[in-house]
Amino acid sequence: MPHKKLVDSIRLFSSFARGSAGLILRGNRAYWIWLAFLAALIVSGALAWSRQLQIGLGLTAMRDQVSWGFYIGNFTFLVGVAAAAVVLVIPAYIYNWKPIREIVIYGELLATSAIAMCLMFVLVDIGRPDRFWHLIPPFGHLNFPRSVLAWDVLVLNLYFGVNFIVGTHILYRAFHGKSYIKRLVVPLVLLSIPMAVGIHTVTAFLYNGLASRPYWNSSILAPQFLASAFCSGPAILLVVLQLLGRFTRFEIQDAAIWKIAELMAYAMFLNLFLHGAEAFKEFYSGTQHLLFTRYWYFGVNGHYTLVPYAWSAVALNVAAFVLFISPSGRRNVITLNLGCLATYAGCYLEKGMGLIIPGLTPDTLGEIYEYYPTATELRVAAGIFAVGFLLFTLMLKVAVPISLGEFTGRKESSVGVFAGR
Amino acid sequence: MHSTRSITATALFGLSGLALLAAADGAKTPSAAGPERVEVPPPPFSDGIFPCSNCHAGMTPDRQRRELTAMHTDIVLKHDETHRWCLDCHDADNRDFLHLASGERVPFDESYRVCGQCHGEKYRDWRAGVHGRRTGSWNGAQSYLLCAHCHNPHQPRFHALAPKPAPRPPRRQIK
Amino acid sequence: MVTRRLFTKTAAGAAAGMILTACGPKRLYEAPRDKLKARIAEMERKYKEEGKDVKVSDAGPAQGVHFAYALDISRCIGCRRCVYACVAENNQSRDPQIQWIRVLSMEKDRGVDFSHANAYYHPAEVPEEGHFYIPVSCQQCENPPCTKVCPTGATWAEKDGIVVIDYDWCIGCRYCMAACPYGARHFNWTEPGLPAGELNPNTHYLGNRPRSKGVVEKCTFCIQRTRAGRYPACVEVCPVGARKFGNVLDPESEIRYIIEHKRVLVLKEELNTVPRFFYFYAT
Repeated sequence: MPHKKLVDSIRLFSSFARGSAGLILRGNRAYWIWLAFLAALIVSGALAWSRQLQIGLGLTAMRDQVSWGFYIGNFTFLVGVAAAAVVLVIPAYIYNWKPIREIVIYGELLATSAIAMCLMFVLVDIGRPDRFWHLIPPFGHLNFPRSVLAWDVLVLNLYFGVNFIVGTHILYRAFHGKSYIKRLVVPLVLLSIPMAVGIHTVTAFLYNGLASRPYWNSSILAPQFLASAFCSGPAILLVVLQLLGRFTRFEIQDAAIWKIAELMAYAMFLNLFLHGAEAFKEFYSGTQHLLFTRYWYFGVNGHYTLVPYAWSAVALNVAAFVLFISPSGRRNVITLNLGCLATYAGCYLEKGMGLIIPGLTPDTLGEIYEYYPTATELRVAAGIFAVGFLLFTLMLKVAVPISLGEFTGRKESSVGVFAGR
Repeated sequence: MHSTRSITATALFGLSGLALLAAADGAKTPSAAGPERVEVPPPPFSDGIFPCSNCHAGMTPDRQRRELTAMHTDIVLKHDETHRWCLDCHDADNRDFLHLASGERVPFDESYRVCGQCHGEKYRDWRAGVHGRRTGSWNGAQSYLLCAHCHNPHQPRFHALAPKPAPRPPRRQIK
Repeated sequence: MVTRRLFTKTAAGAAAGMILTACGPKRLYEAPRDKLKARIAEMERKYKEEGKDVKVSDAGPAQGVHFAYALDISRCIGCRRCVYACVAENNQSRDPQIQWIRVLSMEKDRGVDFSHANAYYHPAEVPEEGHFYIPVSCQQCENPPCTKVCPTGATWAEKDGIVVIDYDWCIGCRYCMAACPYGARHFNWTEPGLPAGELNPNTHYLGNRPRSKGVVEKCTFCIQRTRAGRYPACVEVCPVGARKFGNVLDPESEIRYIIEHKRVLVLKEELNTVPRFFYFYAT
């Protein structure tokens, strides 16, 4: 009887909801300190944003000359992080490599949190957030297919949907002691591979397609985005997985971690190579377009704000590559984590500020306005990161016990936790 | 007399030109070629200086090229002054007129014809509306100014202007 | 298989969508004339409530008209009177300062070179020795990079060539500002500061009507004047007559004369934006 099924579903879901709430509200001191820290950042960010809503984007350091800045830089970086889930999916599903199978779900949860942060960064960056619905047909009008931003809106939300559906489906089914529906999950997961490449390619095309900005108008941009994405996302994941292994009964195979680090090393090599190729083209051809690259690495006309960040990014990325390219570097827990940190920081610098600001400085009429974020921007960005981390933390708080079989709504187990049907 | 005939001819041309202008719906730009008269605001005379015949009617013209000492000493000629002097443009016999190289008398409100003798390209551009300032409609009646409205015919080189304020450079702090 | 339930659900969804789109605010782009008039009356009413007594024109593009502009860089002396005439005519914010025209001082021995241009020159007198001046504002391109990137379709090129912005539809994402090679678009980073006594009440719905914070604006060839047949404010105020404007489709226009007899050039032609703003040397 359909009526009984509906009642059953609601009952099951409410037990899941209640159970999840219980999990979330139970934790050790480290957990609560972490949550309090995130809450503080969120409150600070919310206050800063409300002031920005009142007074306008003039509270940021962005002006006509540099009309995109910290918010969009973070957005770009996080799209890369979201795309990185594919680094796990490919070995797991294409090469059917078992050690990674169990952790694909965490890549998807990371992707979901990252996309949520991306959407938040866009929301705080636009001049009229109250009009964001102008983008949503049929209420609004999406300039598809001419505007690359319209494409980005579509693929980001689609990717969000795919990851959210697959992640929650697998977990919820595992909660029930049921295996996930292969017919639903496997095609979506396989779809997420080209989609991951797609979201970051489209985001790269946002910049790539603008003839007015020679620094961005380079064919190398899309491949370079993907290369740096495939190192930065897994960097976070590796740290998180080790933390999970430390603080929960979750066990992750060393082989999985080492394999991911190895893939990151190759991605970082590609990233460095592509940056090098770009630098060669600019410096050797020596046209006026060199000005932007020059501003980033060496400063121009007495303006040096970004130079320390440029070389830090290079040093961090090279160090990360050196650490990860050797198997012993990957296996040593200290160098492994140093490498992750270096990757994350290096990619964050060169993808965030290192992409946006030099692209807009000097501006189209040759003027140099030195942009660096204001306190408002830093607070709002920190708040958004905190929301993302909070989402990820809470999702993990429920997902890990499910994967360990500790949090379950089933009466007795008859199948493995993450088995497909 | 030759000059009387040319004055009549000019007047006739002028009248027909005027009629043409008046008849045209939203006066069309007069063509670059052709002697059509152009409608302009009154010439920028200094106060009380015109009509010149008030003083000059009774005087005998002195055609000797010299530096003036008795009157008009405030006018310093810096306009091809090595080769030209006053009476090369001003009509010696009737100071209420200018004259062309042919001797044809030209009234002050057609002084563009005098300037156009040497500055033919500018004259052609001015007739087309491309040289000089214009106000009005792009598809209708437009104003023309005389050369003399912007260029002092005795010292035509523009003086430098004080520029309006530079834009404010972008600042991190607003207010 | 289409069950009755499926059909009803789909129909209901479509109906809701249509109702919402029909009732909700829409773009001004290609708004039908009667709706446009109603919207504009609504605009005027709202402005009045805010204490801004303006008239908003709904003049559309005329047939057989495609505007073009020509600027004589052998004449421009960099006096900036065009900048301030534009600011006054088009109700630009005074504080924070928005100026649709930017006059660049360039060095004669470098020629037109943006990497050595200076917009902040302030000598006692202009023109300065060894410098020439290039004012830059929206080039009203025929292949505009800005209109193709707008995600909501809030900016488009009208039939008479003017690229316009629907200030009520723009979400302020500033993608168009990144796309413009001429730095012609400006953003309202805060609420525009316009003293009441300096408001120009003759406005156009796509032009100089008062804007709010968070939207992009730019030169519209003084659409409120040019669609009424007049010259833009900058053309009229220029003391040396360096600015020329007209209908490029009219063989008798000044613009066609300039194209024929003077040598015109455009800025950044390699970007293929096909600007309708020409620069030329009359001498």
